[in-house]
Amino acid sequence: MSGDHPSSVISARVRHVEALLESRGLLDEGEIDGRIDEFLAGGSPANGARITARAWVDPGFAERLLADANEAIREVGLSMAGGLQEQRLKVVANTADEHNVVVCTLCSCYPIALLGPSPGWYKSEAYRSRVVRDPRGVLREFGLELPETTRISVWDASAESRYMVVPRRPEGTEGLSEEQLAALVTRKGLIGTAAV
Amino acid sequence: MTELAPGVRVRARTADPDGHTRLPRYVRGAVGVLVEEAGRHPLADDRARGRAGTPQPVWHVRFAAADLFGSGDHTVTVELWSDYLTPIEEPA
Repeated sequence: MSGDHPSSVISARVRHVEALLESRGLLDEGEIDGRIDEFLAGGSPANGARITARAWVDPGFAERLLADANEAIREVGLSMAGGLQEQRLKVVANTADEHNVVVCTLCSCYPIALLGPSPGWYKSEAYRSRVVRDPRGVLREFGLELPETTRISVWDASAESRYMVVPRRPEGTEGLSEEQLAALVTRKGLIGTAAV
Repeated sequence: MTELAPGVRVRARTADPDGHTRLPRYVRGAVGVLVEEAGRHPLADDRARGRAGTPQPVWHVRFAAADLFGSGDHTVTVELWSDYLTPIEEPA
């Protein structure tokens, strides 16, 4: 895995290239910041929570979400097309028998549009290297003790797709509205390092 | 020659290329099963070298942890370009 990120060197190089592009009139001043702001705008775990709540209350939506997430999330007004090209989204759902957890072992790929910027631990070398080898142990450190009978599936975002987990709906929430259900969903739940 | 398709068993390439690749070291040489296609994209190794590359299928490939690390009862599903994979010929 690539643990060595000399960020100060690359940052300096990026700033230099950006300045050159601006001085030659290829980029407007601050254009890159504007594009980044546009990409991040609206990116929040509240989006993943809305998708999850809809999947909990609407089995048909849940089925469509697992089959073709990019199409299904348009039904709740969301999209993975905010960047230069639409990113493929893969959604997996936890069940009584199977727990899913997401990692990017090579860097830090993450569905920013649906979950906002990623937490620091998601990018840490410790999480990235250990969760593929010993997910049960790592989840225990997050405070999630899974029954021995629950199978664990780790998903490595090693290419172009982005991933989101639909956590299990908590018991005793039958009377809650979709909005109230969404409020229960956490970022860790959507990555798979916590239950809801 | 077996075509790449869901359910086909594949071995991940062992070569360690110079420069950028998206073939994680921990799956090199291991055998997994194709789960589903995850879109078509030019090989990341080519893109990193400034080549356009031709889009090719990328796959979710499921490995048993025991086959990757010698222990563990979980699975790890890794997303791999077709070029990284060799289908295993199964006896008829």
